[in-house]
Amino acid sequence: MNVEIILFFVFSVCTLVGASLVVFANNPLTSAMSLVATFFFLAAIYVLLYAHAIAALQVMVYAGAVMVLFLLVIMLLPLQNTPLPLRPSPARWVGALSTASVLGALIYASLQWQKSLETLTPTTQTTTMSQETLMRFGNLEEIGLSIYTKWLFPFEALSLLLLAAILGAVVIAKARI
Amino acid sequence: MIPTSACLLLSAMLFCLGMLGVLLRKNALVIFMSVELMLNAANLAFIGFARQHGNTIGTSGHVSAFFVIAVAAAEAAVGLAIIIALFRTRKTLDVDEVRVMKH
Repeated sequence: MNVEIILFFVFSVCTLVGASLVVFANNPLTSAMSLVATFFFLAAIYVLLYAHAIAALQVMVYAGAVMVLFLLVIMLLPLQNTPLPLRPSPARWVGALSTASVLGALIYASLQWQKSLETLTPTTQTTTMSQETLMRFGNLEEIGLSIYTKWLFPFEALSLLLLAAILGAVVIAKARI
Repeated sequence: MIPTSACLLLSAMLFCLGMLGVLLRKNALVIFMSVELMLNAANLAFIGFARQHGNTIGTSGHVSAFFVIAVAAAEAAVGLAIIIALFRTRKTLDVDEVRVMKH
């Protein structure tokens, strides 16, 4: 047991607790604040996986921008006097059952994948990166180089998507244009 | 190194929690937050695989996660606008009561 795995375990448990609070809390404000906490713990896990740039983006875009939008909407709408508790219905039981089966399938698939990885020959196994590559692995330089050369067209298309989203949000949310 | 299967297991559990929220909850805002949880689960799987295969495919997984984050931001803006419009016309966020698109 090295410290990396212990930290990963701690952050995983925190992430799952936060995610459960998001799903099962009665007050939407509680849900939103636990979602912020979940995003921070996920960013910590990304750092453990050497994805430093994505971790910074996660904190800035998700825990910053997106969650501010959520909190703004929650506080804009008068929701405090209309709680919407969970009520069991046949459709919800079917939903819970299908979620359980999807969870089972995903866990089975990842365990099978792990097993298939162990039977591969060591030459195709790529788990060991040299310390030198690992130092540069997830930083902004590496990712920026990849985005601006190999993925330039999707990146530019993304700016159009964001523009369309801004215009769409304004048109939909406005009472009278 | 963190075992990739641990990342995948955490990602699977996170995805299923989000799916549970989408299928079980009635509040449109909480459903929306659960969708964000599912997107984050996908991102975690991308980054776990990028760590596993870093020698051969480089940081492609990180770039995918970057695009997912950007699309999620756009989706949040439009979705919250829809929720505001919904509340303005129906005075409720209960998805069980929103069955038709016209009003």
